Amino acid sequence: MSMRTVPLVFINLGGEMLYILDQRLRAHNTSEDHSDKGLWSENDRKRVMNDIVGTMFSKAFMDELLKPQQLYSHRTMKTVLTRLAHASIMRLNPASMDRLYELMVMAFKYQVFLCPRPKDLLLISYNHMDAIREFVKDTPVVVNQVDETHRKIIEAYSSLSEGQFQLLRQTLLIFFQDMHVRVSLFLKNQIQNPNGRFALTTSGPVPQGTDVPGLIRIFDCHGREVRRREFPSGGSYTSAIREGSFELRGNRVIRLGMNMYVCTHAEHTLEKSCSTLSTDDTPNPLAKEELNLLARLMGSMKAENKPRGESGFRINLFTTDEEEEEAGASGGAEESLYGVINIQAMQDEQAALELARIAGQFAEQEEKPEKLSGDKGEELLAMMDDL
Amino acid sequence: MYHKEKSIQIKNSASALYNNLSVLRIAPRRLTHFTVVHANMVNMVSASWDGLNYTHRQLQSKEPNVATSTSLIMQAAFCVLPSRDLLVLTSQKGIQMYESDGSIMVYWHALDTPETPTGKHTAFRYNCFTRVSSGAFLVFDVPSKGSNITLSEVLEEHKESITDMASECSGSQECIANLVTADDDGNLCVWKSGEEFQLLNKIPGFDMSCSSVKLWKGTVVAGYGTGQIRLYEAVTGILHAEINAHARWIYSVDVAPFSGLLLSAAEDSLVRVWHMTINPDTNSVEVAHLHNECVTDTQICGAKFCDGDGYAFAVTGYDLSEIIRYIQS
Repeated sequence: MSMRTVPLVFINLGGEMLYILDQRLRAHNTSEDHSDKGLWSENDRKRVMNDIVGTMFSKAFMDELLKPQQLYSHRTMKTVLTRLAHASIMRLNPASMDRLYELMVMAFKYQVFLCPRPKDLLLISYNHMDAIREFVKDTPVVVNQVDETHRKIIEAYSSLSEGQFQLLRQTLLIFFQDMHVRVSLFLKNQIQNPNGRFALTTSGPVPQGTDVPGLIRIFDCHGREVRRREFPSGGSYTSAIREGSFELRGNRVIRLGMNMYVCTHAEHTLEKSCSTLSTDDTPNPLAKEELNLLARLMGSMKAENKPRGESGFRINLFTTDEEEEEAGASGGAEESLYGVINIQAMQDEQAALELARIAGQFAEQEEKPEKLSGDKGEELLAMMDDL
Repeated sequence: MYHKEKSIQIKNSASALYNNLSVLRIAPRRLTHFTVVHANMVNMVSASWDGLNYTHRQLQSKEPNVATSTSLIMQAAFCVLPSRDLLVLTSQKGIQMYESDGSIMVYWHALDTPETPTGKHTAFRYNCFTRVSSGAFLVFDVPSKGSNITLSEVLEEHKESITDMASECSGSQECIANLVTADDDGNLCVWKSGEEFQLLNKIPGFDMSCSSVKLWKGTVVAGYGTGQIRLYEAVTGILHAEINAHARWIYSVDVAPFSGLLLSAAEDSLVRVWHMTINPDTNSVEVAHLHNECVTDTQICGAKFCDGDGYAFAVTGYDLSEIIRYIQS
């Protein structure tokens, strides 16, 4: 299957993650619930965005992603995205991270499923990148990183044929297969059915390059059309709309990949799904390779973006703390499948040393560095598998 | 014209791959085999004609070194040869051939290049063909019994990966063209089999992937990513008919050879049935539309007639764990 899926997966999943975090961080501002450790200010929110985007679009990280490679497993994706999220001062507990990952993946699955033609996957990715640029627009350094990545993506993908894009899309569809987590927002907007499947209409504009179905043309041996007949298409299709821009800036035209959470308020919750993401607990022969990949990816994330020893701000993806505890409890069964691994010892030692060094520089501020690095190490370990 | 019959449940959902359904009818035993690919395994169901018995089997792609990667299967298809039937699986690592009930693997061919094969196999006479993504296709000699299968030829004509291939031999008359191969750029190559394969014609595409192709009475029937179906005369490349058939990428076309019925299925959730007639005097082809079926909210990935007359057909869809069947009313 396709060896070029990884950069697009990160940009789109990362983009969805930022949409959700942005919405939750704004929601906390208006929240009546004062039991949170602290309300998020405008500056805090921007700082989180800058930290995450800066790490994700760093040259080292992106160069690693752009190498032709097989698509990672869900476990690896979740681990790396969690690490990205924790590149900021924000902290997510495992239950919240699980829910966040499900939301992200279902959103991207919806976009890939409904993508009009395979090449439009790029436009969906560019929609995410445009929105990400908006989040960090006050920080020119990070905007430049996003632009630079965008140029590399354009260069890497502009030569692919439609067939190769379809193979890429098919690889992604295999990655999303059998996931039917219901999301309130999707159910409310009727893009998802109660059984978890996405709605596919037989109406609307056809993709670029496709003709509206309904016509049969017969030709003679000289290539002249001798007859044409119509047939009922069983739908109500219209001609294709204009093509979106594949440049660095421009109107993408299609709306898939844009921020769906913008007009919604904090009360959107996740439905309890009837079919959760099935964790494959058979020993994964790919695990060793993937861990090496993981180590390279983690290593390529900038050290400075690690938290400077302030007490992390906790973020809750559920409306009340009770719900979060419940989910944490029910998620406990899943958690017990994850063993402890010691392969990453060297990596974590480096991380711990780095943290200690940076923490030492800020000794005069209130901090709990030991607790933080301990938590951080534990969280990381808790996400890895037994080999 | 058709009505829906009871679906067959399969163990896993179907993956979004072209032509993701293969059907083999075994008349003497009054049963039909169906195979559907799910990621790195093949689900096989054998259904008795009286509808009472369903046997399930799962096959996984085997590779010489299991530790290196889990292998995704690109396609599973039945090859009907004069004296035996085979089930052929292609994965990223190689090609496996099984007895048609999936019980024994009779042959394994490792692909030493890192290219990913987009294997589709179709049978003619004593050969079985498989294509690999470099644009080449492999011809295997298959004996009437046993596992002494050998690679006899590697044909390289396509520049892009081959997506599908189809063959026919009407038996009684001398066939001119036996085999057609289609690639990701929409180019079609027409071949004549023999001691060595001979390229008869190349029909250019318009940079639009051809995902599914069939050969019937010397006519190439091709389904494209634009949703179009085109009928060409194989040997000359003359375009007989062009249908704006679907609003999305076509994943499967099939022909019922005895009746001239044509089946097309696409990501737009629609399956359409057409009728083709060949006018022997003018050597022209006529196409008429007969029937539509909508599989709600499903991107269809496989559609096949279950018999040579087109009395019944079966459909698979992405994320769907069933084979949906339709029978003529």
